[in-house]
Amino acid sequence: MRYVLGRVAQAALVLLIAFTAAFVLLQAMPGDAIMIKFQNPELGLSPEQIARIRESYGADVPLVAQYGHTLLGFLGGDFGYSVVSGTPVSRLIADALPNTLVLALSGFVLAVVVAVALAVTATLSRFAWLGTALRALPSLFVSVPVFWLGIMLVQLFSFQLGLVSVINPGPIEGLILPVLTLAVPISAPLAQILLRSFDEIGAQPFVAVVRARGAGAGWVLGRNVLRNALLPTLTMAGLLFGELIGGAVVTETVFGRAGIGRITEQAVSQQDTPVLQAVVLLSALVFVVINLVVDLLYPVLDPRLRSTVRGRKAVSA
Amino acid sequence: MSAPTEQSIVAGGTEASPSGGARFAPRARTRAERRRRVRPTVLLSWIVIAVAVAWAIAPGVFAPADPVAGNAADALQAPGAAHWFGTDATGRDMYSRVVHGAIHSLSGALIAVSVGLVVGTVLGVVAGAVDGVVSEAIMRLVDVLLAIPQLLLMLSIIIILGFGTAQAAVAVGITSIAAFARLARSEVVRVRRSDYVEAAYASGGRRVAVLVRHVLPNSLTAVVALAALQFGTAILLISTLGFLGYGAPPPTPEWGLMIAEGRNYVATSWWLTTLPGLVVVAVVISANRISSALNDRDRR
Repeated sequence: MRYVLGRVAQAALVLLIAFTAAFVLLQAMPGDAIMIKFQNPELGLSPEQIARIRESYGADVPLVAQYGHTLLGFLGGDFGYSVVSGTPVSRLIADALPNTLVLALSGFVLAVVVAVALAVTATLSRFAWLGTALRALPSLFVSVPVFWLGIMLVQLFSFQLGLVSVINPGPIEGLILPVLTLAVPISAPLAQILLRSFDEIGAQPFVAVVRARGAGAGWVLGRNVLRNALLPTLTMAGLLFGELIGGAVVTETVFGRAGIGRITEQAVSQQDTPVLQAVVLLSALVFVVINLVVDLLYPVLDPRLRSTVRGRKAVSA
Repeated sequence: MSAPTEQSIVAGGTEASPSGGARFAPRARTRAERRRRVRPTVLLSWIVIAVAVAWAIAPGVFAPADPVAGNAADALQAPGAAHWFGTDATGRDMYSRVVHGAIHSLSGALIAVSVGLVVGTVLGVVAGAVDGVVSEAIMRLVDVLLAIPQLLLMLSIIIILGFGTAQAAVAVGITSIAAFARLARSEVVRVRRSDYVEAAYASGGRRVAVLVRHVLPNSLTAVVALAALQFGTAILLISTLGFLGYGAPPPTPEWGLMIAEGRNYVATSWWLTTLPGLVVVAVVISANRISSALNDRDRR
């Protein structure tokens, strides 16, 4: 229990530091987004009017008060207002989230299927050349720029082959190419860690024992190796989430899809700091929670770790 | 959190493991055997990088055509003898633009890796060499850097620093600080525990002297290997930022920006996006291949 509380406290601390850093860098700096937008002489605003606008955004009070106010707001799900459009950031994000969730989930599922298929085929293949070729594939996948891959897919499938329409596609048709684009960079690290764990676990004595008792390579892989390979793969969850977010920004920009990624891209182009700040801190929150869950799940899934974490308790009992 | 090995997994990985034929049985190679086998893919990678560096140093030698001013009469020509990579909508020679663009990607990647290497290593060495509050504070800061998805972290830095080639490079560099810091710290901690460091202390070595003479030289090999790996990643990320429009401003022949500009002609002029992209892929694969080869040699 103490271990769990310690991990939760550490996660909360990381989030608080992240929030503070974001606040200091994005809000406390002189020349904030409000000034950039409204000091433009073309708008013809007097200094008093600017001061009133700053007041309405809460930018005129002392920094410490601002800090407390913003922190409380974030805890309550209030992320302030977009400087560009004036809409609440929470509503912008809530509107964009479903689109991105559909894209990210489909991309993730496809990536898992591709990575497992690739790793299993490469390990079980009877042909050395096929194994070698498949093992080289993830290195190729990580070297391809995602935005370029998206454009290439459009070029090939939409314009050369005419299979998928990019002009006013249906909801499913419009999802095919973005999901393919997103799945490639996600599947690469997954496939690499699967291949590596297959090799490492396959070299362990217990696998040799199972093989010696007459099990085939496929049986060993499915029953013994795959289950053990799940654990190292689980530690990738946080990294994969980061890749999904980054991939969504690029994919949604390339395909002109509405979503969190598109909001982020526009926020940067228009210097809309409150929106970017909210997206960044929400992603950090999800990342920290994912890693917390993985850390806490690890001893549950791996009996060997359970004994080390709870060892002291067992001895005292 | 789980990040220290992920970088090496992503780009290096596969070569270090035994390949399909010798399934479940790693095989050790002798030193002589290794020397005899110059791996063709590694050789090819060095050639690709050498060409890219030559393009960056002396673009005029390889592509005499002007990369910025175009001849409107030659607009949107397909690749051919006169224009190897074709021409764009304003009649600029694409091959010339790609060659002149090398300097932006390579110098940007160099800046990015330097920022990550210097800042990250200093933080990591300090965190590894001192115990207590300072070390704790540095590692929590590193946790925060790791908690923010890479692209979002870069965008946050860009929204503060503004758009431009140097800003994009620095943003890419800052995202790699955490990886360098964690690796440097773990290496320093590992070396600090070794017998020869104990011996150096026992024979009267002062703390800083031992750190500089014994600990640092023995911990930084792995850090240099990571730097080689980060180089390819940096080129990829810089082109991504260029594509999104946060890097070099328009007439610049930056690779990511060129692909973004060619996007409107994707239905009719495939060469505007395909060929610059293939150059990026070739350079990034080569950089990754070289770093994994360096890593292998280091490890055996």
